[in-house]
Amino acid sequence: MLNSVSQSQIFVLDQDEALDFYTNKLGLEVGTDFDLGFMRWLTVQVPGHPERQILLERPGAPAMDEATAAQVRDLLTKGVMGGWLIFTTDDAYACYEDLKAKGVELTDGPTEQPYGVDFGLRDPFGNRIRIGTIKVWANDLPADAFSQNAN
Amino acid sequence: MNYALEDQNRRMLRARDAMDRTFAEQLDIPALAGIAHVSEAHFIRTFSATFGETPHRYLQRRRVERAMFLLRNTDLSVTEICYRVGFSSLGTFSRTFTAIVGEPPSRHRGRGPIPPIPGCFVMSWTRPTRPTCQ
Repeated sequence: MLNSVSQSQIFVLDQDEALDFYTNKLGLEVGTDFDLGFMRWLTVQVPGHPERQILLERPGAPAMDEATAAQVRDLLTKGVMGGWLIFTTDDAYACYEDLKAKGVELTDGPTEQPYGVDFGLRDPFGNRIRIGTIKVWANDLPADAFSQNAN
Repeated sequence: MNYALEDQNRRMLRARDAMDRTFAEQLDIPALAGIAHVSEAHFIRTFSATFGETPHRYLQRRRVERAMFLLRNTDLSVTEICYRVGFSSLGTFSRTFTAIVGEPPSRHRGRGPIPPIPGCFVMSWTRPTRPTCQ
């Protein structure tokens, strides 16, 4: 049986800029920052939670050819690369105001949802991030919350 | 690396995010071009090249998507929804909605509530794709 998700990955255009954003703006902490020679293995994590790390990977050679890397960067900056993170916080409203004061690019909210309160933002490269205060986890919502007539 | 293209993409995305965020306001091309730091003529052309549709059509489909959501998930009247998503005439709203969605607002309401998934997934995935009738 699998126990948990331990690492996931998103693409970033610049690892120094990513590090600044994810630590100084979002408040995550560095998990590992190793120069492996062929790549910089850079991860961030929610403070105190090394069991779940996010790899901030720069697309490029030799993992992919330059033409492919250009496609990845193109999709990333169009906001469709799929780099997608959802965090939880105790007070989504306060977190929103804090990030607003830090000049973070907020896309929506904070909005009351059936599952809690959440808002959206983008990282400097186009990745979508969501932060929410969860009242009810989706699988604990009543069955009729999902009722939907067939299209 | 094509930094210029990536930077341009990012600026177009910023303008598109602004449309998603303030869709109900009277958004004009000068304001959006300002967000993207390009000239007005350049903005429409570049936005279209980046996302495959004009800014006007993107905004129209965003407003209709928000109307679809409000119809299914709230008890607001059709008229109230029409104004709330940024249309200024009920006739234009009904005509545009029907052309894009393929059914009038009242019938769409009968489909029942959209399940509680994160809001921006709803905005991304339920935005109608049918071309508009000009």
